[in-house]
Amino acid sequence: MKRRLWHFHGGLHLPEHKQASMTKPVVAAALPDEIILPMQQHIGSPAEPVVKVGEHVLKGQRVAKASEYVSAPVHASTSGEVIAIEERGVPHPSGLPLLSIVIKPDGKDEWTELKPVPDYAQLDPSALRNVIRDAGIVGLGGAGFPSFIKLNPGPDNAVDTLILNGAECEPYITCDAMLMQERPRDIIDGLLIMKHALRARHCIIAIEDNKKVALTLLKNSLQEHEAEFLKIVSIPTIYPSGGEKQLIRILTGKEVPSHGLPIDIGVVCHNVATAAAICKVINEGKPLVERYITVTGETLDQPRNLKVRIGTPCIDLLNACGWREDQTDEVLMGGPMMGFGIPALDMPTVKTSNCLLARPKDQPHQQPAMPCIRCGQCAAVCPAQLLPQQMYWYARARDFDKIQAYNLFDCIECGCCAYVCPSRIPLVQYYRFAKTEIWAKERDKEKADHARQRHEFRLQRLERKKKEDEERRRRKKELLKKTQPKPDSEADIKQAAIQAAMDRVKAKRATQKQQKKNIENLNEKQQQAIEAVEKRRQRLRNAGADNEENP
Amino acid sequence: MLAAILILSVLAILFGLLLGFAAMRYKVEGDPIVDQIDAILPQTQCGQCGYPGCRPYAEAIARGEADINQCPPGGEAGIVALADLLGRDVKPLNDEHGEHKEKKTVVIIDEKLCIGCTLCIQACPVDAIVGAAKQMHTVIKDECTGCNLCIPPCPVDCIHIIPVEDDIKTWCWPEPEAELEQPPIEEPV
Repeated sequence: MKRRLWHFHGGLHLPEHKQASMTKPVVAAALPDEIILPMQQHIGSPAEPVVKVGEHVLKGQRVAKASEYVSAPVHASTSGEVIAIEERGVPHPSGLPLLSIVIKPDGKDEWTELKPVPDYAQLDPSALRNVIRDAGIVGLGGAGFPSFIKLNPGPDNAVDTLILNGAECEPYITCDAMLMQERPRDIIDGLLIMKHALRARHCIIAIEDNKKVALTLLKNSLQEHEAEFLKIVSIPTIYPSGGEKQLIRILTGKEVPSHGLPIDIGVVCHNVATAAAICKVINEGKPLVERYITVTGETLDQPRNLKVRIGTPCIDLLNACGWREDQTDEVLMGGPMMGFGIPALDMPTVKTSNCLLARPKDQPHQQPAMPCIRCGQCAAVCPAQLLPQQMYWYARARDFDKIQAYNLFDCIECGCCAYVCPSRIPLVQYYRFAKTEIWAKERDKEKADHARQRHEFRLQRLERKKKEDEERRRRKKELLKKTQPKPDSEADIKQAAIQAAMDRVKAKRATQKQQKKNIENLNEKQQQAIEAVEKRRQRLRNAGADNEENP
Repeated sequence: MLAAILILSVLAILFGLLLGFAAMRYKVEGDPIVDQIDAILPQTQCGQCGYPGCRPYAEAIARGEADINQCPPGGEAGIVALADLLGRDVKPLNDEHGEHKEKKTVVIIDEKLCIGCTLCIQACPVDAIVGAAKQMHTVIKDECTGCNLCIPPCPVDCIHIIPVEDDIKTWCWPEPEAELEQPPIEEPV
């Protein structure tokens, strides 16, 4: 029986360019001179290094731990010595550096002790999720969201359908197709593990109908009893059928609500490569340390798929495929629609890297953009049913309230609008610009609110301190009043105070008169001189007394 | 005639009572416009506007004592938002109060020079400096609003202004270059 499929709005039939990289089997990429492991290869908080410079690590050993709930650990992808933990450039459109662990491979590629899970069906879903979390598995389709979170439906949600996304709709990219051809059983095993964790009722593996070989091989490896709940569905080739919301629409006819998640309608969607990685963790105990990457483009002599240790520099992969540097304009990470230019080619590949695409010079997108003529083609192809040209105008006017009213955040940045734009306006760049500006404004607002709170608290504190000081002074005064005898009137107090002061002065003068000054620390000579003076004085006094008696 | 006057009078009294009751029952505490103005101000608490903090400035604007163009950290965007809220004309920033800096800054204490005098701690409007008498002080970077109020009191000039650099999480996509106003016209050969 043929399964009923639905359509999503818009979409494009693009030239596929997939054949070039599918003619050769997948081989492992050579061990590079340096493995660079950025601490953030996923959505969420960066991981924290747990190794030190100079330490020897084994392949599969955890080198950084997850810092928070939404985070993922990082594992060494080969054995060797940690030669640096420093900021390194990472493949990100900003070109900004991130803390990374740099490993010098020792060439042995020696695995750490592996702990496979013998019988996952006996394991509690939560324990299973922890195993997947500790293995550093993130969504390998591109977003890199930690998988264990997406395998936790929450207490109130039942999962009706678990979808495995093998659509791989973007041109040039073939890493998922090759994975499905070479390891179909791993993907199905991974799917069964996910099904156990989610307690899902139905499972679907969706594949675009341009991947006939993968489809047949997957169907052949499916066992009979599994076919009752697991369907392998061929869907029409149309870009972007691999978008999560679009794929759910095609397979179930349901729409994921705006600002909602697939789980809200009982669906969970994972990538086929994630399933294969989970299968490796459970069956072999191997954490996520390698993945398939398509290295392709018109300026490569041997475009192909490579099994790459995560952290291998891009340049090594390009060179392995006969890269003609002089003819290349730029190298994209990702496909031609959603990829971004790699700022420098010594940057490493990360968990979410699926494709390196070398672009030849003189591409049409490099010509200057022209004014919008309001043809409306962008709205016709938008798979999220948005109004791209309206959003474009508001982005240009920096009217961020209005652009959000047009549901900017439902944009999946698929690039269809920019592809069909006859004026070659880089529409997606405008949306990305608007999104990051809005986030920055929100951060500023949060910071301002926080500062206001702290300032108000400070004012309160100062006010309280002032009051407390006053209170203390008042109490001190009261205490003084109590201990002193109560005088009769104000004049008496003054008089008494004056009298007391005069008495004090008198007493002081009296003592001062009696005392002889500067008589400490006298030497012998001085002492003798004083005595002589005293004697003379005495004599004079005696003589004076005689004179008075006898004038 | 009399009946009509009577009915209208009764109605007038009734509605009057109703309005009076509503005015008491739903009385708005405080001045809501001050809160709205305060929400737009950047809360650096720097005092460049001439008032001791953002809220006093907001109150002064609400009273009509201060103009809307006295806040350098808020910059043009702040003035536009205030003009929008209050239905006034947008004005350029009054440069008597300082210049708007595009890049955000925070301060850092050179810990080798700090003598632990606590003067900066007393100056900081958001309690972003920690330290004690004769102990080294330090700035909590995440709490610093970049108001620079701690710099003048420092007797040893050990506080420096540093720009806040973007990281991957705070980085923003640049605005694409505007397209050509006129498409190039091909010359007939």
